[in-house]
Amino acid sequence: MTLQVAALGELGHQLYRLQVRNGKYYARMAAKNYIRKRLITPTRGLITDRNDFILADNKENWRALILPEETTDAVATIKRFSSIIPLDEYALNRIRREIRHKRPFVPIMLRDFLTWDEMARIEFNTPYLPGVLIDVGTHRFYPEGAALSHIVGYVAPPNSKDIAHSALLSLPGMRIGRSGIEQSQDELLRGTAGSVEMEVNAVGRIISEINRVEGTSGKKICLTIDHNLQQKVIHHIGQQIASAVILNCCTGEVLAMVSTPSFDPSLFDNGVSHEQWIAWINDQHTPLVNKAVSGVYPPGSTFKPAVAMAALESGIFSTTDRVFCSGHIDIGGTRFHCWSRTGHGSVDLHLALKYSCDVYFYEVARRIGMNRIAQTAHRFGLGVSLGIELPHTRTGMIPTPAWRRAHHHHWNLGDTIVSGIGQGFVQVTPLQLATYTARIATGRAIEPRLVRAINGIETPAMQNSYWPTLNMHPPFLKALREGMFAVVNEPHGTAPQARLNLPNIALAGKTGSAQVRRISRALRESGHFNSANLPWEYRPHALFICFAPYSAPRYAVAVVVEHGNAGAECAAPLARNIMYDTLLHSTLKI
Amino acid sequence: MNNSTKFYKRLFLIKPESYFLTKVRRINWLYVVLIFLLASIGYITLYSVTGGISSHFATPQAIRFAVGVVVMITTALLPQHIIKAIAAPLYILSILLLVAVLFKGHVGKGAERWLIICGVQIQPSEFAKIALILALSKWFSRIDYKQIGNPLWLIPPATMVILPVLLILKEPNLGTAVIIGGIGASLFFVSGMRLWLIALLLLPTPALLQFGYAHLHDYQRARIKTFLHPNNDPLGAGYNIIQSKIALGSGGMWGQGYMNGSQVQLNFLPEKQTDFIFTVIAEEWGFIGAITVISLLLLIILGGMIIAILCRNQFSRLLALGISMNFFFYCLVNLSMVMGLIPVGGVPLPLVSYGGSSLLAVMFGFGLLMSAWIHRYTDYE
Repeated sequence: MTLQVAALGELGHQLYRLQVRNGKYYARMAAKNYIRKRLITPTRGLITDRNDFILADNKENWRALILPEETTDAVATIKRFSSIIPLDEYALNRIRREIRHKRPFVPIMLRDFLTWDEMARIEFNTPYLPGVLIDVGTHRFYPEGAALSHIVGYVAPPNSKDIAHSALLSLPGMRIGRSGIEQSQDELLRGTAGSVEMEVNAVGRIISEINRVEGTSGKKICLTIDHNLQQKVIHHIGQQIASAVILNCCTGEVLAMVSTPSFDPSLFDNGVSHEQWIAWINDQHTPLVNKAVSGVYPPGSTFKPAVAMAALESGIFSTTDRVFCSGHIDIGGTRFHCWSRTGHGSVDLHLALKYSCDVYFYEVARRIGMNRIAQTAHRFGLGVSLGIELPHTRTGMIPTPAWRRAHHHHWNLGDTIVSGIGQGFVQVTPLQLATYTARIATGRAIEPRLVRAINGIETPAMQNSYWPTLNMHPPFLKALREGMFAVVNEPHGTAPQARLNLPNIALAGKTGSAQVRRISRALRESGHFNSANLPWEYRPHALFICFAPYSAPRYAVAVVVEHGNAGAECAAPLARNIMYDTLLHSTLKI
Repeated sequence: MNNSTKFYKRLFLIKPESYFLTKVRRINWLYVVLIFLLASIGYITLYSVTGGISSHFATPQAIRFAVGVVVMITTALLPQHIIKAIAAPLYILSILLLVAVLFKGHVGKGAERWLIICGVQIQPSEFAKIALILALSKWFSRIDYKQIGNPLWLIPPATMVILPVLLILKEPNLGTAVIIGGIGASLFFVSGMRLWLIALLLLPTPALLQFGYAHLHDYQRARIKTFLHPNNDPLGAGYNIIQSKIALGSGGMWGQGYMNGSQVQLNFLPEKQTDFIFTVIAEEWGFIGAITVISLLLLIILGGMIIAILCRNQFSRLLALGISMNFFFYCLVNLSMVMGLIPVGGVPLPLVSYGGSSLLAVMFGFGLLMSAWIHRYTDYE
């Protein structure tokens, strides 16, 4: 009897040790045993234009799944399924592998993106397809397609490197932005994951839901773009390889930003084919590159207002100082030509801008020096980063002697001279040109912005008085604007084609034709030189910058037509048409 | 008094004044209450195991228990000499059944333990235990004190023990075989066998263990290995022990509440309605509930021991003792198993676990015990 009491007593003690002394430890283990936390994939935020027109949407797509436990013979069911909806060998291998490795109550995807016809066929054959069910997934849909693909961008499934950065991305159905706003605003668009705590049994089957924390879907990003205006700009550009930017002069809002040619973002949905990718990469018109922010061009004559401002601010030149243009100027033993072989005679600043006289600006550059030019250009937003909400932007370059020396080269006087007319090492993006124009027009340090509101809350830059003043002397700015007005509206200006012909509204602009190849002296002196006869890739780029209305500037437009030959003939009418549409565009609300 | 009355008296009345009703009155009703209490705990627990569906385990078990009660009362009213008379045939029958189970047994979880007779599954090893107790009691009550001192007289009872042990090991059911060995040893001891002789018998045990281990089935060896190192393979062979310990431990002092034990309700516990039913109680009712059950078991065991002490003749005494030792070993092996103290081996918790053979065998055993109690003043030899 002692034996029994002792034995059961020892068992009682053992029980005490397990339950009371280590009870908490085992209770924790038990909780870990049966509570599974599963995260809910948040819905990706929408992207809309300024009028709430949806540019990036989440669209439901139908997909066929199979629940292996609900079919007696999964292999036979899949065979029947593939006789109704053909599955390729790759997909079949994946399905077989998943059936082997996953638990039988986990649904396995058979086919994504079912059409109505395919769905009807599956529904019709339901009795012969036990365990097959149709389910809804989501994918990203871009209603405007190629028109806004450079701005909106596209998404792709995250790779393992992305997942290492953010666990959220490991959720099924998560996408990561790979370009444009989708990339730059990715964290806002992602949202936060909700979670469900589920009670599961020993084999992992869900018994009940214990707790549910709803996640927040991604924020809605409202862009400054007007998609109708964007379409009109695309229409005006037509087949040319060009980029155009429309800015609101006061707020920096980008109303339209076009880069042609473009690409169809929906091609990224199912993964781009290798052939398509190679075609894009090898296309000399670079459809994947947003030329408005990633294309850099010599500004050519559009740079001259900046040089003029540098001259006025230096105090070395005044608006009335004159330079005699004989068609060329010899500096340091080298002859620099004006675009007009006959010369413009004696020109002051106003006339120099109006005629776009090269000699005047050669002389200005020589006298004020490169550093002053670069400093002023930077203040105008040229060659600096503008903080636009797009990835892969380039800053361009305003060269300085210091930069050149840092790269172990000499800075020659000639480099300064050609920089005076926006050639040489000077390189800017079309967006910078638009910003520069807006800054001349308003005298404020506006920066371009693409995001107008996040979840309905306007970003601070959208306020009219948000941007500080440029701190440039108002009469100097007025002189630049008058010069640009003359270019378009006065007789003998370089761009009469850009006149608006609207009552009370005038456009002020500046042409630019940027050489991409040095013109040899022999060719020039032969007298038969005409850049229009050059092969396309050697023709000069055509540029035009403008703002309107002249009396109360509201919009700034910059157009760059690659190898468009002459700014006045090619870019100016284009910019004029764009500005015309912008001014008359009724859906624009400021 | 005609012949038929004489037969009736021979059957039910040992002394002329012992009428049927007197016998019923003499049944130890306190003991019966204890048995009912334990069975009720079993019923409640089986109800919880299925998450509130009584038809699955609880109701069938209650019906079996009712049958068991009838078996117990009937057996209790049988006079001791009849019980003694059926001891030898019962033993032989149980050996035959054990042999039959090896040839025609129903395989359950890798072991041949079941025999289907008339559509009813029975586990012969459960009845073999009772039969062995009867047979040993009879043998030791027949021989006198001097004969016990002679080792030659011990050869037949030793054979009686070893035969079912080997057959059950062959099934294989290690747990029951160990219990049978234990019962045999304890009966040898109380019948007056010298301790040194028992020691002598136990001397070759290490060698036998070595030999036995070599002849164990793979799954048995795996059980012993996982018992020694349960965390080596937490989802495989060590699963039972780990989940059982988690269930016990997570019960804590007061338990997780009836029908609320996560380990049980969510199927993490294997065999929870049979071998591991104690963990269900411990998880849902906590240490308090578990210690109550252990106390109840102890009361039943000690009650049986007291009955054994109070019996006047050797057969009844040995029988009562054997039955309570059987119950004790059952509880000991089962509880140690679920607490992870010994390797897992299919031994249910008597009266609580789901299972008909075990329940009926135990109730039959209690009937024998009760019979010994009712007829405790009879020294009919």
